[in-house]
Amino acid sequence: MKRQVVGAHYGLRDWLAQRVTAVVMAVYTLLMLALLVRLPAIDYAHWRSLWEMPTVRYATLLFLLCAYFHAWIGVRNIFMDYVKGSGLRLVLYVITIGALVCYVAWSVQIMWGLDAVAGPKF
Amino acid sequence: MSKARPKYLDLFRIRLPVPAFVSILHRVSGALLFLMIPALLYLWQTSVQAPETFNAFKAFVSRPPVKLVAIGLAWAYLHHFCAGIRHLALDLHYGTSLETARATSWGVIGVSLFLTIVFGALLW
Repeated sequence: MKRQVVGAHYGLRDWLAQRVTAVVMAVYTLLMLALLVRLPAIDYAHWRSLWEMPTVRYATLLFLLCAYFHAWIGVRNIFMDYVKGSGLRLVLYVITIGALVCYVAWSVQIMWGLDAVAGPKF
Repeated sequence: MSKARPKYLDLFRIRLPVPAFVSILHRVSGALLFLMIPALLYLWQTSVQAPETFNAFKAFVSRPPVKLVAIGLAWAYLHHFCAGIRHLALDLHYGTSLETARATSWGVIGVSLFLTIVFGALLW
């Protein structure tokens, strides 16, 4: 019998990671929603001031890191289920990881890049 | 090991049980959200960068086709959220009987659709 080459050791870790990241994202979603409905007005000044708060930035960064890792596990599982050729699957893995790493850098740039350009005076 | 079993995989004739339907929608909505990440990051960046780009963002998202896409994405997020909460409950051995599993599946479909309608009404 030909042995199937499958991954090992990461099953439980990823199963748990998928759930921990889900809980973090759910909590962030509710907190952010509560924060958004308290905005006095949805204009640029208020919107920008929200993203200048360090707590919002770090909470959002944590949320996004969770989302990207969660997405990696989910998308990898989809590829494992439907893409049968291991060569193509590897290519898709590399593209996905590459994209997600770029998203991390981009997310940091979006929030902390605001410091480089002065916002309106409040 | 390699006993030939009859396969019946005509996807258009298989009727999925409700929990399976919620499960596949969980996957579909997750894939959809993943594919939309770059577009969402771009829109977020546009909205915070400067007053001019904020106005451009506002004009863009006020177009009806964009609003429809936003409502679709809101559904994906809400369905993924609700189905995910249900999975977490199942992991903790809550609602694992067939009857309850079916009821909570309908609940996930109903709640996420209802919240999508609320979102759509607020957006429009």
